[in-house]
Amino acid sequence: MVKVENISKKYGKVQALNNITFNVDKGEIFGLIGPDGSGKTTLFRILTTLLIADSGIAKVDGYDVVKDYREIRKIIGYMPGRFSLYQDLTVKENLEVFASIFNTSIEENYYLIKDIYSQIEPYKNRYAGALSGGMKQKLALSCALIHKPVLLFLDEPTTGVDPVSRKELWGMLKKLKEDGISIIVSTAYMDEAGLCDRVALMSKGYCLSVDTPKNIIQKYDKILWSVSSNNMSKLLKDLKIHSEIESCFAFGDTHHITLKNRITFNELHNYLMKLGHNEIEIKTISPGIEDCFMDLALKGADDASN
Amino acid sequence: MGQFFVFIKKEFYHIFRDRWTMIILLILPVIMLTLFGFAITTEVKNTKLGVFDPSKDIATRSIIQRLQANEYFILKKFISNPDRIEDEFQRGEVGLIIVFPEKFYENLLHTGEGQIQLITDGSDPNNAITLTNYATNIVASYQQELNKTAVIPYQIVPEIKLLYNPRLKGAYNFVPGIMGMILMLICAMMTSVAIAREKEKGTMELLLVSPMKPLVVILSKVVPYFFVSIINLATILLLSVYVLEVPVTGSLFWLIIISLIYIFLSLALGILISSLVNSQVVALLISGAVLMMPVLLLSGMIFPVESMPYLLQLLSNAVPARWFIMAIKKLMIKGLDVTSIYKELIILGSMAFFFIVVSLKTFKNRL
Amino acid sequence: MQVIEAENLTKRFGKFTAVDSISFDVKEGEIFGFLGANGAGKTTAMRMLCGLIKPTSGQGIVAGYDIKKQSENVKANIGYMSQRFSIYEDLKVWENLRLFAGIYGIPNRKINDRIDELLKRLGFESEKDTLVKSLPLGWKQKLAFLVAIVHEPKVVFLDEPTGGVDPASRRQFWELIYEATDRGITVFVTTHYMEEAEYCNRVSIMVDGRIEAMDSPRNLKNKFEAESMDEVFHKLARKSTRTGD
Repeated sequence: MVKVENISKKYGKVQALNNITFNVDKGEIFGLIGPDGSGKTTLFRILTTLLIADSGIAKVDGYDVVKDYREIRKIIGYMPGRFSLYQDLTVKENLEVFASIFNTSIEENYYLIKDIYSQIEPYKNRYAGALSGGMKQKLALSCALIHKPVLLFLDEPTTGVDPVSRKELWGMLKKLKEDGISIIVSTAYMDEAGLCDRVALMSKGYCLSVDTPKNIIQKYDKILWSVSSNNMSKLLKDLKIHSEIESCFAFGDTHHITLKNRITFNELHNYLMKLGHNEIEIKTISPGIEDCFMDLALKGADDASN
Repeated sequence: MGQFFVFIKKEFYHIFRDRWTMIILLILPVIMLTLFGFAITTEVKNTKLGVFDPSKDIATRSIIQRLQANEYFILKKFISNPDRIEDEFQRGEVGLIIVFPEKFYENLLHTGEGQIQLITDGSDPNNAITLTNYATNIVASYQQELNKTAVIPYQIVPEIKLLYNPRLKGAYNFVPGIMGMILMLICAMMTSVAIAREKEKGTMELLLVSPMKPLVVILSKVVPYFFVSIINLATILLLSVYVLEVPVTGSLFWLIIISLIYIFLSLALGILISSLVNSQVVALLISGAVLMMPVLLLSGMIFPVESMPYLLQLLSNAVPARWFIMAIKKLMIKGLDVTSIYKELIILGSMAFFFIVVSLKTFKNRL
Repeated sequence: MQVIEAENLTKRFGKFTAVDSISFDVKEGEIFGFLGANGAGKTTAMRMLCGLIKPTSGQGIVAGYDIKKQSENVKANIGYMSQRFSIYEDLKVWENLRLFAGIYGIPNRKINDRIDELLKRLGFESEKDTLVKSLPLGWKQKLAFLVAIVHEPKVVFLDEPTGGVDPASRRQFWELIYEATDRGITVFVTTHYMEEAEYCNRVSIMVDGRIEAMDSPRNLKNKFEAESMDEVFHKLARKSTRTGD
């Protein structure tokens, strides 16, 4: 569906994208996962024909993003990061405008957006600017779908959105996938990686890894422990100064540590006891995507500096 | 075609739903025109009259009497030395001086023609034109009375001399000036701001990532402002003719034609600005600084081009509003026909062509 | 000592009750997580506490001052950091700190020491003369936090401070928060990252303008028989009937 080969892009001195290569298959939800500034939006703009890369090739459904941009613009749907609809038009008017852009009508592809649009239809005469965050998002998605695109680009659709609306959106994406639409979605929330079929982890313009979330986790080669005690902020400091601990980060109600050399639970337990910790709990755990990302980002930084 | 109309409709929604846009577009021209208009139509009463009358005959006495009998003038003094005329003005002793030649009545009888001179302070042009108009009318009424009994018609020709601002800049100038300004404001500024707004809000991104041709997007943005400009053109003309009583003495047809050329030119400038900038504020600043300031300062609307330093005169040649205002003045106030504005037509036409080409060339299909 | 005391705090906009009689206390040095779905009334509540808008009814004391009658004193004794970091991109790091130190009335002779101390604490000394816009996002965010506490406020309000920041920077940011609380600064924070809620001493969850639950993350998880705060949140937010902001 999408083929990206050695794409690079520079803004002035800043290397926004560095030799990015991946493929997206038909009918999959592909996630670009990375923090702000990792190059997700730039990559989106290149794929949606809004920007031209400095080097490399990118193809969308067989069309070249530079040469055949007109063809691509006909078959893709795009939802930019910001809420980019007309705030001073009503819900219905917005949808009409976007339908007309693609020379279609609301009725023609209504079946596709029905599930989503029916939730906001009661407010169709409200100005888009007066909608709540979740409803704006549904409207934006309806507008991006109105012409029945074969490929949908969603740039950070869940940023600043509460967990409930986020879950809802992912539910909608699953459904669209069943309707045969391929989806490329970017997000800064690592925990959403698990909802994608495959992901590309991105950091500072580099692609750290492209794989299924499961495989990325399987490839994690470090020993990961979770540690907790009655004084979590002191625990963090104490763990950080331990010479055998490579990294230590707070994760929810525990801290995750990786080890340089094998030490035993008991050794660590005793070390912490001596420092006055109580209710110490140490467990071996399997990593999440976030652990993998931090590990890969660290390695990536090492590679870049070498 | 369908999408084009939907887009034009959308653009009108944007205009109608923003109170400030509406005010700027439709009310501002009216306010500007009436403000300027009523600022100049002040009644002139009890102006001090000075008289230089070496002939002192029956005709000069009647004319002086008629002037004096009128509420507009009060006879202040007789001046004996014509060299002191300018002095009188400088001391603010008089507002208007009427100068008769020697043997006025005798000449009038023999030659059928009498010369008089009306001198006033041209630095206040609005006032000056009112005063000389009143005085001329009064003199004309005397001439009419003379001719009732005369076999050969007598003619008294007042020569009007304006001190300090001999070309009488300012009066009536404001109508063409405001036309030049309003049309530029609406076409260039509002269009560029409207396009920049789409860029700022991110909707332009969506429009670009669609099969819609960017040119169509831009044209659909331009059309509503074109209509609004036409409405404004009509408002300005109607207001100036019926409220301010500045008539269109020349060809209305050509006046509209040249206005249309100017509108196209301004729209092209608006598009050009919008393709250079990404935010509304910058669009506003650029159109304010690069378009409005020259219209105000270099077009001859406020300061006569002739009295500018040479460099600024050269610069003013590049200001479209200058040529537009010149043409409108000729057509509207001087009552000349199309042959007199060929030069302006050609200059504005080629400027319009140039800017349309440049704005289309710089227009980007991508971000 | 209580740094924030809210009693039946209510804000109505026309017929719409954005914040519906909320009451809570925040202790000195506490990290208080203020959670809720979009449109639940978090921002309005936070603005009332910062003295930016007047409550329709109810009482609020922040940093010892009445939010209705002494909003200027409230503002002088709190720090605020929004998602759009309120620092000047075209100024250097130390210039930003200097500027805000000046705004909050820190005496001139103390400013330099104070700035040096803050830069040191952040490990920022080498970046002192860097323009803010050329800093990575995670650093900007840390700088924004320093700016918010440059005047050692009693309480600092953080409105979704970590959106979009990479995982490592986000955690470093929380270390900074811990450190601030160690020095007695109270932290009032909103976030959409439910695992960040776990870092708080106590959290409250707002649904439709009311506080539906308030306790330590551990107790909340026990009470709602949930594995994580995310689950707690979903169980509560499901009750929402609100459709618009």
